[in-house]
Amino acid sequence: MTPTAVPGAARTARRSRGSRRTAVAWLFLAPFTVVFLLYTAIPTVAALGFSLTDLRGTDLRNPFAVDFTGLENYFRLFQDESFLRDILTTALFVGVGVPLTMGIGFALAFALNMGIRRLRRTFRIVFFAPVVTNIVAVALIWQYAFNANGTVNKVLGAVGFAGPNWLDDPNLAMPVVILLGVWRNFGTAMVLFLAGLQAVPQDVYEAASIDGAGRWRQLRHITLPLLLPTTLMVSVLLTVFYLQVFDEPYLLTNGGPLGSTESVALYTYHQFGSGEFGMSSAASFVMLVLVLLVSIVQFRLLRPRA
Amino acid sequence: MSTVATVRDTEMISDRVAVRRRSVTSPLLYGALALCALLTMLPFVWVISGSLRSLDEIRSDPGAWLPHDVTLDNFTRLFATEGFGGFMANSIMVAIMVVAGNIVAASAAGYALAKLDFAGKRLAFGAVMAALMVPFTAVFVTQFVITVDLGLADTLAGIALPSVAMPLSVFIMRQYAMSIPSDLLEAARIDGAGEFRIFFRIFLPLAGPAVATITIMSFLTSWNNFIWPLIVAQSMSSYTLPVGLAATSQAASHVTDYGLQLAGAIVVMLPVLVLFLFLQRYFVQGIAGTGMR
Repeated sequence: MTPTAVPGAARTARRSRGSRRTAVAWLFLAPFTVVFLLYTAIPTVAALGFSLTDLRGTDLRNPFAVDFTGLENYFRLFQDESFLRDILTTALFVGVGVPLTMGIGFALAFALNMGIRRLRRTFRIVFFAPVVTNIVAVALIWQYAFNANGTVNKVLGAVGFAGPNWLDDPNLAMPVVILLGVWRNFGTAMVLFLAGLQAVPQDVYEAASIDGAGRWRQLRHITLPLLLPTTLMVSVLLTVFYLQVFDEPYLLTNGGPLGSTESVALYTYHQFGSGEFGMSSAASFVMLVLVLLVSIVQFRLLRPRA
Repeated sequence: MSTVATVRDTEMISDRVAVRRRSVTSPLLYGALALCALLTMLPFVWVISGSLRSLDEIRSDPGAWLPHDVTLDNFTRLFATEGFGGFMANSIMVAIMVVAGNIVAASAAGYALAKLDFAGKRLAFGAVMAALMVPFTAVFVTQFVITVDLGLADTLAGIALPSVAMPLSVFIMRQYAMSIPSDLLEAARIDGAGEFRIFFRIFLPLAGPAVATITIMSFLTSWNNFIWPLIVAQSMSSYTLPVGLAATSQAASHVTDYGLQLAGAIVVMLPVLVLFLFLQRYFVQGIAGTGMR
């Protein structure tokens, strides 16, 4: 009896010590977990549920009035011309915004990494400042600058062009909105590229320059290949960002004129605003799937670093 | 011996190369960078100069660059505007809640994820990573419904709650905690200290830099947050600064008071820009270090 009881007791003791340890750990995790469940886990599952119903804002006090409609919202969504147009608009944000933001970010990082000693810190602060700036304030400035009588047109007038009313023109509003997005984000790209450039071992360049490789060949054959992981990471990061773009179009144009700057996120918000919670959730789920796909790629790329 | 010599040789060569490079490219490079810096700063310059112009001046020539007569009139009018003081107080209150919540929640969670061994650890870390990926715009409808259900619609707590435990903060804290040697904590454990004692007495004092980064990041998130407060705040009494500013600028679209709005823009931007100027290291770490925002 006694010989078997001893290991059994030890096992129980070990198990209780283990469960005590687990309890303590979860106590540490409790505050985050509560907020996570309340504002991420439950909302994600519920959003999927909502997207399969005809839930309207007015139904919130009367949940029994809501009908399960299956995939109807999704069918409606992909028959809605404005949603399809918004997908194209969002694709335009990604297609133009990502390369532009990356290009500027890389060029500046490259320049800052090139023998600049003095003022490097100052330049970095200046180029990063837009990232931390409040979007509402900047959008206001943008609106005035691109006004019919705004600063931009004043400059254009000085060189003999009659400037248009940028944000009221369906063809010109989008470039202005994208420009704001690029201005706000190239600093992030720059900082990430700068970190990547500084991680490239210096002796590789030295060896190359001894072998007679010029600046361009060094850029093409050393810098760019070694920077590939950073480039991939930045591109995924920005893609996820522009896929969800909301603040810029909302504040500058609220999606107008004629819906020409309405992103998918803004569509979601407008559906929500008109009380169509089911449709809004369906649209947001389409976006969630897109973002998750890109994020999974990002996670895979980031893994070796974490 | 020979390796030392080669190292020194390449160092000398690289010095020479570097010197030649600098002398060739420097003026061009500095010129180009200065031009880019100027373009980047234009909106800031413009808003400052605009806010210092009198209303008449702005009306008669909205696109002008420099004020004829510098005046602080816009700012005095702004602070006298009904509701403005309230927006500011709300923004500060929400920021305090968010920052305090993040310090508590993230340091505890980060510590547990990095330094404790327990059942469900992988699940918990998976939850943090998943939370990083779920886009806000995909869940805000349900978040709003939950906030209404909790009776927190149109309250400051309702505005703050989703951000009081940011996955990014937990991630930053966990990464930092990984770098603290476990031996230190193990020694205290052998001496019979409980986990909470170890956390408060040993871990937290060492986690200063991570706490600083989290403070900055969560303050920035809270101060600049726009869409969530826009959804939750339904009456002027719970507007934060950005929402108040957007509301005044939209309500005023027919009777536009540019001066007031430009001054408002400065008041919204300034706290973060000043903080950034002094603590830019932590800003950059928070955003770039993890590659997320």
